[in-house]
Amino acid sequence: MITLNVNGKSMKVDTDPGTPLLWVLRDHLQLTGTKYGCGIAQCGACTVHLDGRAVRSCVTPVSMANGRQVTTIEGLAETVLGKTVQSAWQDIDVPQCGYCQSGQIMAATALLQENPAPSAAEISTAMDGILCRCGTYNRIRSAIDAAAAELKGAAK
Amino acid sequence: MKTPQAPGRRKFLKDSVALAGGLVIGFTLPLKGGRAWAADTPVAPVYPPNAFIRIGLDDSITIIVNKSEMGQGVYTSLPMLIAEELEADWSRIRVESAPVAVVYNHTSFGMQLTGGSSSIPSSWEQMRRVGASARVLLVRAAASLWSVPESECHAENSRVLHANSGQSLSYGALATAAAKLELPQDVDLKSAADFKLIGKSVKRLDTPEKVTGRAQYGLDVYLPGMLTVLVARSPVFGGKVRSFDATEARKVPGVQGVYQVPTGVAVAASGFWPAKTARELLEIVWDEGVGATLSTKGMREQYRALAKTPGLSARREGDAGGILEAAQQVIRADYEVPYLAHAAMEPLNVVVDLKPDQCTIWTGTQSQTMDHAMAAKTAGLLPEQVKIHTTFLGGGFGRRANPRSDFVIEAVQVALVVKKPVKVVWTREDDMRGGYYRPMWVDSVAGAIGQDGKPVAWRHTIVGQSIVADTPFESFMTHDGIDATSVEGAANLPYSIPNIEVGLHSPKNVVPVQWWRSVGHSHTAFVVETMMDELAHQAGQDEVQYRLALLEKSPRHAGVLKLAADKSGWGKAKLPAGHALGVAVHQSFDSVVAEIAEVSIEGGKVRVHRVVCAVDCGMVVNPDGVRQQVESAVVFGLSAALHGEISLDKGRVLQSNFHDYTPLRFSEMPKVEVHIVESHDRPTGIGEPGTPPIAPAVANALFKLTGKRLRQLPIDRATLA
Repeated sequence: MITLNVNGKSMKVDTDPGTPLLWVLRDHLQLTGTKYGCGIAQCGACTVHLDGRAVRSCVTPVSMANGRQVTTIEGLAETVLGKTVQSAWQDIDVPQCGYCQSGQIMAATALLQENPAPSAAEISTAMDGILCRCGTYNRIRSAIDAAAAELKGAAK
Repeated sequence: MKTPQAPGRRKFLKDSVALAGGLVIGFTLPLKGGRAWAADTPVAPVYPPNAFIRIGLDDSITIIVNKSEMGQGVYTSLPMLIAEELEADWSRIRVESAPVAVVYNHTSFGMQLTGGSSSIPSSWEQMRRVGASARVLLVRAAASLWSVPESECHAENSRVLHANSGQSLSYGALATAAAKLELPQDVDLKSAADFKLIGKSVKRLDTPEKVTGRAQYGLDVYLPGMLTVLVARSPVFGGKVRSFDATEARKVPGVQGVYQVPTGVAVAASGFWPAKTARELLEIVWDEGVGATLSTKGMREQYRALAKTPGLSARREGDAGGILEAAQQVIRADYEVPYLAHAAMEPLNVVVDLKPDQCTIWTGTQSQTMDHAMAAKTAGLLPEQVKIHTTFLGGGFGRRANPRSDFVIEAVQVALVVKKPVKVVWTREDDMRGGYYRPMWVDSVAGAIGQDGKPVAWRHTIVGQSIVADTPFESFMTHDGIDATSVEGAANLPYSIPNIEVGLHSPKNVVPVQWWRSVGHSHTAFVVETMMDELAHQAGQDEVQYRLALLEKSPRHAGVLKLAADKSGWGKAKLPAGHALGVAVHQSFDSVVAEIAEVSIEGGKVRVHRVVCAVDCGMVVNPDGVRQQVESAVVFGLSAALHGEISLDKGRVLQSNFHDYTPLRFSEMPKVEVHIVESHDRPTGIGEPGTPPIAPAVANALFKLTGKRLRQLPIDRATLA
C-alpha cells in the first residue's frame, strides 16, 4: 500500500510500487489532467510537482512519491503562483489542442517558483523538454513573461 | 480534400431542421468531471430552434458544433457565426459536440468530417443562417406576445426589444413560444459592415478547460468496469499472427485476458501499466508477408527509376519536352521527401461500451460518419444502435480522419472478444509505427529559361503512393488515374509558363498512407518553390521580383508576396552576419500564403530565427484564431522540414518515439509574424495553408548561406558545410 499526498489530500493506493506515478494518477485516482504522451520522459505532457519540483510522472515510480507532496494541474490553482500562471495562459489564449498544456503549465510554474524573473534563455532551457505539436511555444513564452510581471507587481 | 462549395439555401434549411419539430434533446452528465454528452433524458425544458442551437429557460445558449475541436478553434469560430446572426449574448454561449446525424453532415462532403481546412468555408453561410432563422422566430414570438408588428422589434444581446413601448424579453423567456413557430423558409443575412463579432479577435471558449486539466480527451474517458487494452500489432505492415504464447503475460497482476484479434494480440487489464507490462511478455510468431522485404532504400531506387519516365499526365500545355530538348539553359533536379508521422501529442485511443443491442464509442475522431458506419458493421448492429461521442482531440493533423476507420474498427473488434467496456490505448510507439503516414515522394523537375530569364518550359514528374487508392474516397478524388491530392500544388502551378507537363506515378505498397496537414501540398510546394528559386538565380534576378513577374494573373499570390517582402524588409533590412532570407509562396485550400524565413547555420545546425507570413484567406472570422493557425502550421511544417523522417528497413519502421522522431522544441522556435490581407471575399481555408511554404522558404535561405541546393528533406540529413 502506497500513501500519497495529492493536491493536499492523503490517499492510499494499492498497486505495484514500480507503477509510474502517471498511471496511478490517471487509472487509480482519475486525475486525468496529467497526460500520457511518450512514456519515456521525452515530451513532458505528464509533468507534475513532487515536493514543488517538476518531475516526469511517466518515469517516476509511485514508490518514489510515497509520503511526499504531489501537485497536479487539478491542484495548481490552490496557490497564488499557480493561479497566476493559469490566468496568464488564459489571457494570451495559449492552448490550441491543449493536450500538452497541463505539462507546460506545471513546468512553467516550477520554473517561476525557483526563479521568479527568468531570462529568455532560462525560459528556453526550462521549457525545452515539453513538446507542443500545435506550435504554441511563443505564446507560452509570452504567458510566462506576463505571469512573472504580474507576480513581481503583486510582491511590491 | 476537395474544396467545399456553398450549399444551396433550400437544401440547407431542410437539413438544419431535421431535428426540430418538437423533438427535445436533453443532456446529462454521465461521467465524473466530463463534458456534457447528448442523452435521452431531458434535464430542463429547452428550445431547439434547430439542431445547432438550444436556448434554455435560464437564457443559456448552447451551440452544438458539428466539427471536431483538434486545436483549430472551431468550438469558438463556429459559435461566433451563429451568435453573430442570433444576436446572442456571447458571455452565455457554451458548446457541445454534435452526435452523429445527417443534419450534422459537412455541407459539401456529405458526411460528418473535419478536414481539408474547410470548417469555416463550408459553415460560413450555413451557421449564419442557423443563427438568423432562430433570431427571426424569437422576434416573431415577442411581436406576437406584445401584439405589435415584427418590423418594430429588434434583437440584441439575447433579448428582443420593442423600442416604441420600451418592452423587452430575454431569449429564455421567449423560448417556449418561439418553439411553437414554424421555421422561416429563408432569411436575410447581415452585411459585413454590421458584424459585431465576426472579424474581432474573440477569446477561445475552450481555454478555461484546457488550462485547468478539465478538458476531456478520449484518453480521459473512464467507464465503470472498463478494462484498458493494448494490442500487440505486427512489426511489419500487413503481417498476421501465426501463433502466440501468453503464459507469462497472463501472470501479470491486473491482467484479465489475452485475446487474438484481427490486428494482433490484445491484452486486457485493469489499467495501462499492467497491460503494457504484460504485452511485453507476449511471445508472438508473425507471418510477416511481403512487407518484410520493404526498405526506404529500395523504394528510393524504385521511385527514382519511375521518375525518369513520364507517368500519367496531370497537366499538359504546349510542348515542354521539345523546348527542354532544344533549350540553352536547363536546370534538372531530383527531390525526395520522406514518410512522415502525424505524431499528435495524444496517442490514438478509443473507448467502446458494447452491449448486445447497443454500441457506444468515445473517441477523438475527425470522421464521425464513416467511423460510425464501420463500427456498426463490425459490431453487427444497426446504425441507430451505435453512438459516437466526440471528445476533444489532442491533435489530429489528418490522422484521426482515417479513410478505413482503422482505430475505431480495431477497438470494436477488441470489445467483441473482451465483452466488457474497453479503452484501447496506443502507446507512443504504437502510434509512431502504426502507419498511415504522409507518403514518401520522389519528384523530378526540369525547367528551361529563355533569353529574358523567364521560364519557357517546365516538366514535373511526381512519384508516390496515392492516399485515396482503395478507400471510399477514391471514386470521387481520383480521375483518369490521377489522385488529385498527389498533384495538388503542382498541376495547378500559378506561374505563367507557356509549356508545362506534370506527370504522376502512383506505385503501391503495404505502407498505409494518409492525409497529413496540407496533404499533397506538403511536398509539391517544396519542389516547386525551391525550383522557382533556382530559376530566378539562374536568371540572375531577385527571387521575389522574378516570381511577381510570373504572377500577373494571380493577384492574391502577388499580394501576399509583396506584403511578406515589405514586412520582412526583403532586400532592404541589414541582416546579422551569417543570416539569410528565403522566400516561398503557395496556394492551398483556396488560401494563399507567402513566407519569408530568416535562417543561419550555427555549429552545423540550422537555426530559423524569424518567419514572416502574409496570408490571404478571404474574410476573417477570428483574427487571433487565424494567427494561431498560421503559427501552428509553420511549426508543424518546420518540424518536418528540419527533423521529420519515418524510414523502414526489412519492413520495420526505424523510428519509435520523440527521441528519434523529433518535433520542433521550445529552444528552436522562431519568431512568427502573421500579417493578414484585408479581404471582403468569402473565407477560405486556414488550418493547413501555412504549412507548405515553410520548407522551401528555409531551403532557399540555406542556398544563400551555403551555395548548395537542398533537394531532400529532412534538413537534418543534409551536409551543410
